[in-house]
Amino acid sequence: MKFIDEYRNGDTAKQFAEAIAAITTRSWTIMEICGGQTHAIVKYGIEDLLPTQINLVHGPGCPVCVTPVEMIEKAIVIAERPEVIFTSFGDMLRVPGAEKDLLTVKARGGNVRIVYSPLDAVKIALQHPEKHVVFFAVGFETTAPANAMAVREAHRLGLNNFSILCSHVLVPPAIEAILSSPMNMVQGFLAAGHVCTIMGYEEYLPLAERYKVPIVVTGFEPVDILQGIYMTVKQLEEERCEVENQYARTVRREGNIVAQQLLAEIFQVSDRAWRGIGIIPKSGYSINPKYEQFDAEKRFQLNHITAAESESCIAGLVLQGIKKPHECSEFGKRCTPEHPLGAPMVSSEGACAAYYHYKRHQIATQ
Amino acid sequence: MKNEPITLSCPIPISDYKNVLLAHGGGGKLTKQLIETMFVSQFENEHLSPLHDGAIINTKGGRLAFTTDSYVVNPLFFPGGDIGKLAVHGTVNDLAMCGATPLYLSAAFIIEEGFPMEELWKIVCSMSDAAKEAGVTIITGDTKVVDRGKGDKLFITTSGIGEIRTEVNIHPARAKAGDVIILSGAIGMHGIAIMSVREGLEFSSPILSDTAPLNELVAEMLGVCSDIHVLRDPTRGGVATVLNEIASSAHVGVIIYEENIHVSQEVQGACELLGLDPLYIANEGKLIAIVPAEHSENILATMKQHPYGKDSVIIGEIVSEHPEMVVMRSKIGGNRIVDMLSGEQLPRIC
Repeated sequence: MKFIDEYRNGDTAKQFAEAIAAITTRSWTIMEICGGQTHAIVKYGIEDLLPTQINLVHGPGCPVCVTPVEMIEKAIVIAERPEVIFTSFGDMLRVPGAEKDLLTVKARGGNVRIVYSPLDAVKIALQHPEKHVVFFAVGFETTAPANAMAVREAHRLGLNNFSILCSHVLVPPAIEAILSSPMNMVQGFLAAGHVCTIMGYEEYLPLAERYKVPIVVTGFEPVDILQGIYMTVKQLEEERCEVENQYARTVRREGNIVAQQLLAEIFQVSDRAWRGIGIIPKSGYSINPKYEQFDAEKRFQLNHITAAESESCIAGLVLQGIKKPHECSEFGKRCTPEHPLGAPMVSSEGACAAYYHYKRHQIATQ
Repeated sequence: MKNEPITLSCPIPISDYKNVLLAHGGGGKLTKQLIETMFVSQFENEHLSPLHDGAIINTKGGRLAFTTDSYVVNPLFFPGGDIGKLAVHGTVNDLAMCGATPLYLSAAFIIEEGFPMEELWKIVCSMSDAAKEAGVTIITGDTKVVDRGKGDKLFITTSGIGEIRTEVNIHPARAKAGDVIILSGAIGMHGIAIMSVREGLEFSSPILSDTAPLNELVAEMLGVCSDIHVLRDPTRGGVATVLNEIASSAHVGVIIYEENIHVSQEVQGACELLGLDPLYIANEGKLIAIVPAEHSENILATMKQHPYGKDSVIIGEIVSEHPEMVVMRSKIGGNRIVDMLSGEQLPRIC
C-alpha cells in the first residue's frame, strides 16, 4: 500500500539503523512524545535495531494515559444518568476510575457507545432528541479540530441535547514541564508528527533554543522513527539544537491554518491536570464561554467531583520518561491489561500496555 | 465457630467483575477466564477439558466429533454472506477442525416478534444452500419467538456431528517443536466486511466476508497426510488468539513471520483507518494447520489446489523456546510478542 509499505521496508530500516550506529559515539537519551510512536517502536521491535547507547524513553503523548482519574469519574457520573447517551473512543471505556470503569457502567445498563468520530455523536443527538448526548473529548492537538467541528456542527444545527466532556491537552507545555524538571534526563525529542500536522512546528523553536535540545518532528512508521532518531542523534553528535522536520510529507511549518482557526473559535487555552504529573499551566483546551452550552462539565455541574490517583501506580514517572514500565513493582503482577491500575496499561498507545503486550519476553530473559 | 448460613448451591467462582461485560464474549483473555472459572469448573470432564473446537466421543462404531455454536452477528446480512450461511459454515468448520467429516446439523432459531418473514426466508434458503455445498443435512431444530425488544432480530444456534477416521488424531496439544504452521489465505476479511457495513465505510471494491465450508479442503489435506497435528479456524480473536491458545495447550513457543502473512490492500487500509490489527480480526473461511515439517510441502501443495486454500502459505514454526508465547519477527527484523487481547476488538461479528 502506497505511503505505508515504503515506510515499513526492512532494507530501508536497516540502512537507517546502520547509519545511526555509524554516527553514535556516546550514549544519548531520546524521548518520543507520542503514544503512537511508542506503539510502533515496540510493535516493530525498533529498539532491537539500535546501538545500545541509544536509550529511548516514552513520553506523555497517549491521550488516554494522561486523562486524570477525576475526569474519568466525571464521565462515569454523567454516563450513569438515565437521560444520557455517553459516547467515547473505545480505549477510554476501560480506564479505571476510583471504583469502576465506563464498561462496567455499560454492563449495568448505562447507555455507553463507542464512536469513531465526534460527528457520529452529533448524529446520535439528532436522532435522539429525547436524550442528551455527551462525547468524551480527550486527546492532543490532533483530535481537537474534529471535536471543535462537532461543537460547531451542533451549534449550527441548534442542538440543545449535545455536549462534550472536554479534557484536551497540548504537547509543547508538556515538553517544557519535562525539560524544566530537575529529574530530566531527556537530551532530544521526537515530536509528534500528527500534532504538528495541525499546529505546525513554530512553537517548538523557542523550546529548542531555551533548553538546548534538538527536536525532530517525526512520523509513525518504523522507517520514519528510525530516520527521526538518526536526525536527532546527528544533531546531538554535532552539538546542534534545532527543530527539524522528518515528516515533511504531511507537516508544514505553519501547520493547518483552517484547523487552527476553528480551534481558536471553539476553545480557549487553560490550565489542565495531567494524570500522574499534576497541573501544568496553559497546557490544555477548555470550551470558549461563547459555546458553554456544549460544555458537559458546566451543564451537569460536576465541579464537586474529585478523585485521587492510585498510590502504587507510577504512571507519572513513566509518562515523564523517568522510569520504564517494567521498573514498576506492580508491572505484570497486580497491574495487567485485564486489571489496569493506571491508564498507561489500558490504551494500546500506553507505554505499560505496549511493554506488556510486546516486550514481556525480552524483559523476562534480561 | 462462626455461624455461617448453610447453602446447598455452589459458591460463585471468584471473578473480578460483578457483571458480564461484552468483552467476556470477545474471544480474548476474559472469555477464557469466564469459560475456565464458570463452565469448565462445573461441567469438568475428559471431553470438555481440552477446549477444542468440538468434543471427541468414542463409540462402538468409531469416533464422533460433536460441536455447537451460536450466531448473533449484527448486521444479519453482510457483504459475502448472512447469518444463515455463517451458522452452517461455522459448525461445519468446527467439526472439520477436529478432523471429522461433518454429517448432521441441528438448527435452533430465536426470533424477535415482528421480524420480517421475507428476511427469515432468505436466511433459511441460504442455510439450505450452504448445507448442500458442505454435504451436511440439517436433521433437527427448534423455534422460539420472543417479545419485541427482548432479542435482537434473530439468533441462530447450530450443533453438528461428524465422523473421524481411525488414523486421524488432531488435537491442539499435539503441536511440537519443529512443526510447521500453514495458514490457508489472506486474513481479516470477515471482520472487516462486518465492520465496513457497521461503520459505513466504502471501498473501491467492497470487502467480502470469506465465510466458506472448509471440510472438503481438510479432507484433501488428510488424504495426503493423516498425521496433521493441529487444525484450527481463526474465527473470533483471529490468528493471534488461535496461535496463543495452541501455544498454551501444547506448552510450546510459536514464531511467525510478518512478511508471510497475507493481508489484502483493502483490509490493510481499513485496519489502518480504524486502528485495528489484522492478526486479531475474525476469519470465517480460513484455517491454520500445524503439521510435521517433513509433510509440510506436500500438504501445502494440496491446499493450493483447492479454491478455499489457493493462497495458502507457511507462516512460521513451533519452537521449544519461549513456551506459551507467540513471537512475531517484524518486517524490519525486530521481534515482538503477539499477545491475546483482553476483550474484543469488534463486537458481535459472528
